[in-house]
Amino acid sequence: MAVKQYIEAIRDALFEEMRRDERVFVLGEDVGVRGGVFRVTDGLYAEFGEYRALDFPLTESAIVGVAIGAAAAGMVPIAEIQFADFIMPAVNQIISEAAKFHYRSNGDWNCPIVIRAPYGGGIHGALYHSQSVEALFTHVPGLKIVTPATPYDAKGLLKAAIRDPDPVLFFEHKKLYRSIKAEVPEGDYTVPIGRAAVVREGTDLTVISYGYTLHLALEAAGELAKQGFEAEVLDLRTLRPLDESAILAAARKTGKVLIVHEDNKVCGVGAEVSAMIAEHALFDLDAPIRRLAGPEVPAMPFSPTLEKAYMLTAQKVYDAMLELARF
Amino acid sequence: MADTAMLRKPSDVTDDVLLNLYTEMVRLRVFDRRCVRLQRAGRIGTYPPLEGQEACQVASTLALRRQDFVVPTYRDYGAMMVHGVPMEHILMYWNGRAEGCEIPDDVNVFPIAVPIATQLPHAAGLAWAAKLRGIDQVALGFFGDGASSEGDFHEALNFAGVFQIPVIFFCENNQYAISVPFRRQTATQTIAEKAAAYGVRGVRVNGQDALEVYRAVRSAVEQAAAGGGPTLIEALTYRYGAHTTSDDPSKYRDPSEADAWRERDPIVQLRQSLVSWGLWDDEAETELLERLESEVTAAVARMEALGPPNPDHLFDCVYAELSPHLERQRRALRAELKDWEGTDQ
Repeated sequence: MAVKQYIEAIRDALFEEMRRDERVFVLGEDVGVRGGVFRVTDGLYAEFGEYRALDFPLTESAIVGVAIGAAAAGMVPIAEIQFADFIMPAVNQIISEAAKFHYRSNGDWNCPIVIRAPYGGGIHGALYHSQSVEALFTHVPGLKIVTPATPYDAKGLLKAAIRDPDPVLFFEHKKLYRSIKAEVPEGDYTVPIGRAAVVREGTDLTVISYGYTLHLALEAAGELAKQGFEAEVLDLRTLRPLDESAILAAARKTGKVLIVHEDNKVCGVGAEVSAMIAEHALFDLDAPIRRLAGPEVPAMPFSPTLEKAYMLTAQKVYDAMLELARF
Repeated sequence: MADTAMLRKPSDVTDDVLLNLYTEMVRLRVFDRRCVRLQRAGRIGTYPPLEGQEACQVASTLALRRQDFVVPTYRDYGAMMVHGVPMEHILMYWNGRAEGCEIPDDVNVFPIAVPIATQLPHAAGLAWAAKLRGIDQVALGFFGDGASSEGDFHEALNFAGVFQIPVIFFCENNQYAISVPFRRQTATQTIAEKAAAYGVRGVRVNGQDALEVYRAVRSAVEQAAAGGGPTLIEALTYRYGAHTTSDDPSKYRDPSEADAWRERDPIVQLRQSLVSWGLWDDEAETELLERLESEVTAAVARMEALGPPNPDHLFDCVYAELSPHLERQRRALRAELKDWEGTDQ
């Protein structure tokens, strides 16, 4: 198996799906000639031409709206929102239209679109190139929300999203693009949407996370093992629909749950996961559910000092895990 | 208005089309008036009347080809019927029946858009797909004067202009967005002139004149199909009635305004012309009205014969497949309804 960066795995999925199915096309700002500002779509323009690697005007609502219309006509559009921060002009199309298209046509129409968006901070992107917006959309029935943390999942989940009949928001943590490498099989495979994955087995406490902070949890778990505490680590992978059975099983296994995400805490994904555990597995718990999340501030500051203060670190996750393990 | 021109029978439109324009407009009016009465009687839900806008909806749609797409707003159910959606589906829709949202497979009509202007990027997307697939298909997106203030209007026209896609943006400028008059939507004199900002052709027509609307759309379809790109058509019209049956237009407009527009009523005007050309007479009119009244009556009967709605519809179409979570909620609702059955309500 080849070792691939997270970004390469995403790019491989795009190439393979576009070769497999000529209805698949990519649209977004700078996705064509430039190959994307992060170079995710690099090479698509050369192989598939200007119409299937479509450099779109700077107009997010139409990027999604045109994708919806084209999908209704039988195409399989992959819309790129250049930064998740800039998805806001498209919210009406995503929530009022894409999420409800199947529902309000009584199943007569589908909306098989994928919206890819790099999210998250820690790359000095400042207020408008660092946000985590996934919880806003996770609230909305009709959408599927995917947040892969590994190259393997990024490729497999993107392929699954492209083949899915429902609208899928595919959030790529931009700090992972080039910092994470792992083995990825050559050729075709998918990872099912809606399934979490146990990425580390342990019996003393459970950490539930997704995206960049999953790696912090894994790093911290390695350190914690030196103290004699073994952590079970669950990667949610999909935020809607949440994998309830995997979450409850992981919670019951250790009786102690820490939920970690970069997004701020209030009404974040951790709130839902926590409530789910409280509703269904409260009496299997040996400690209060803990959440470690970003601060309640509107955005990631530009100042490196403040950015560092905003971001979770393996140390912060370790501290929270140790405290819970000792509870 | 165009009275003298109307006296001369057009050579570019067949008798069949002339008669179709007329009978479809009358069909919409008969349907529309019945729907308002049905709403008042509590037999359908809130309903947005279209009376006054028949020429816009009928003539634009009849100028399309069967393969072309109609992309409607909530007031364009008239155009939907003209393009092939069965009347009882429209009735079911306004009666809150999920089945009414379904479009027959061989009918190229998009689901009704209720948020304002969101359908315009969809029309552009349909047209983009036609361009990508190399098929001859034009999309016509309807919108109102109010929608021209929305960002999606700008975004759709801009995209369409850049890529010269086969799309027609058809504005039924009925002078009011609920209560807000046209002069409060825009400082431009017309909607049509906005097209210039996007490199799109802009045309303004008398929306009370079915032939003028028909010719404008036919020409736009021909240009789009020939690779000539998009057209924005602004049709000046008026809704005689309320925004919806929940609205009271006397709060914001003088009734004399509607009376003045009724003097240029699209149906009356075309009937006068058809009579003068020897294509129509009182006998034909009586026969038509009888036929349409029974068509609507039969459609209402089919809508009302449906029986109670299936509660499963609450959950069935959230996703292509029912998730375990939704299945649980559906089971709970079924159990709850079963409990109800045994009690006096």
